[in-house]
Amino acid sequence: MKMLINVPETVVADALRGIAAAHPELTVDVQQRVIIRRGAPYEGKVGLVSGGGSGHEPLHGGFVGRGMLDAACPGEVFTSPVPDQMVRAAAAVDSGAGVLFIVKNYTGDVLNFDMAAELAEDEGVQIATVLVDDDVAVTDSTYTAGRRGTGATLFVEKIAGAAAEEGAALDRVAGIARRVNEVSRSFGVALTAVSTPEKGGPTFDLPEGELELGVGIHGEPGRERRAMMTSGEIADVAVEAVVDDLRPDAPLLLLVNGMGGTPLLELYGFTAEVHRVLAERRLPVARTLVGNYVTSLDMAGASVTICQVDEELLRLWDAPVSTPALRWGC
Amino acid sequence: MNALPADGTAIDAAFLRRWLDTAATVIDRESKRLTDLDSPIGDADHGANMRRGFLAARTAVEQEPPDTPGGVLVALGRQLISTVGGASGPLYGTLLRRTGKALGDEPAVSAAQLRDALRAGVEAVAQLGGGAVGDKTMLDALYPAVDALTAALDGGGSTAEAFGAAAAAADEGVRATVPLRARKGRASYLGERSVGHQDPGATSAALLITALADTAKGAAV
Repeated sequence: MKMLINVPETVVADALRGIAAAHPELTVDVQQRVIIRRGAPYEGKVGLVSGGGSGHEPLHGGFVGRGMLDAACPGEVFTSPVPDQMVRAAAAVDSGAGVLFIVKNYTGDVLNFDMAAELAEDEGVQIATVLVDDDVAVTDSTYTAGRRGTGATLFVEKIAGAAAEEGAALDRVAGIARRVNEVSRSFGVALTAVSTPEKGGPTFDLPEGELELGVGIHGEPGRERRAMMTSGEIADVAVEAVVDDLRPDAPLLLLVNGMGGTPLLELYGFTAEVHRVLAERRLPVARTLVGNYVTSLDMAGASVTICQVDEELLRLWDAPVSTPALRWGC
Repeated sequence: MNALPADGTAIDAAFLRRWLDTAATVIDRESKRLTDLDSPIGDADHGANMRRGFLAARTAVEQEPPDTPGGVLVALGRQLISTVGGASGPLYGTLLRRTGKALGDEPAVSAAQLRDALRAGVEAVAQLGGGAVGDKTMLDALYPAVDALTAALDGGGSTAEAFGAAAAAADEGVRATVPLRARKGRASYLGERSVGHQDPGATSAALLITALADTAKGAAV
């Protein structure tokens, strides 16, 4: 497996140096591994901090900027960041209005953010936390750690970010973030396994001619394997999974997300199929975003995330945003 | 060594530093195997994460050696929380920090005192992760190890024999994770498909207990 890296041990630090070089509008602390919006903290504004394992770029560093995150903490590849990073981020972006931690539901992320919240509060920073758990492929029961957080993270960060930019208070920003999570659902499909730098090759065996339904974003295999399907057939399965779970009755935000190894030509074709299935179900799509936003290194495949919006959520979605990976209205 | 407690070998800061040295060496050597175990059911990073944490902790403890056994474990636990990430960082960090705190600031402790502290540490992990034996996690190695340690010490075994029994029980616990369906951590997302794989977290826990047995053997009377 050929990779454009120096050595596996420095991939995260090397990428951070690149982000710093490409984005002078961000402050990148390579040593402590925190990406901060320049000029933070902003007077009176709630700070938004997110983070998680690296390998999902542009999540989360690519979403730092006006109208979205104030800081992001990248961990090692597919490994949650450590509390020290989150405490540093919270201290850097807190104006006194408090900080919202946006956490994806993985044991490691939850434990580290919990520890960080306690430490930051000891230092006088008021912390609220929203847990993103939108992946319908994982059955929520007493026997699992709950649903994974995947594509809805982007909706939560964008919409809560817009509310914070407008000057909403911490409990209101947190409330909006939780509301977005409650009305969002995701389902992912992998056509190939993921290759991590540390392992130097595929982390699981996915033969040619087969695909995994219900994959996560960490190279963990899905729950079911089937013979390869067409784009239209995959859209039928993915849309059925998210719609049957959410049962929406209002306009949707749609994210057709690439996992990192699928070309846009294929993603747009898949988007057409997803629109076809939603139209068959008479579900209006208010906005569609297509691209690689919540990736899994080089994994081929895609995920579908829907978010049922009311007027307020749609207005906040449309509000100006200026980050490396998401930019409009500015 | 310091004055011997009534029930056998004194466990002092030097003992736990030797243990940490051994543990870091073993985790370093076995890191690829741990990552390989984590590939089919997790996210293929357990070995790399543990290796990063233990090598950093060994360096930190060498540079500023704590003078009590509890101090060594608390320093190690803090380093793991600050460097490992994932679930292993907080879980192993809590295990070692809470075990160390339970030892207090005694300059030397008995095997029975270490056993009691270890049980407190294991229970802190169970509480933090919300796990129990049978969930296919590190607890499947740790609980049997503490139970075996208790039985051996109650039966009048030496420190070396007791830690040897703990290591054997931990290994047995690791083997027992193979047929289990994961109920905690990332492997739980796979449901039935996690069956048939050895748990990487239980494996690393058993490596740490085995390092303890090896250290006790080297130091034992």
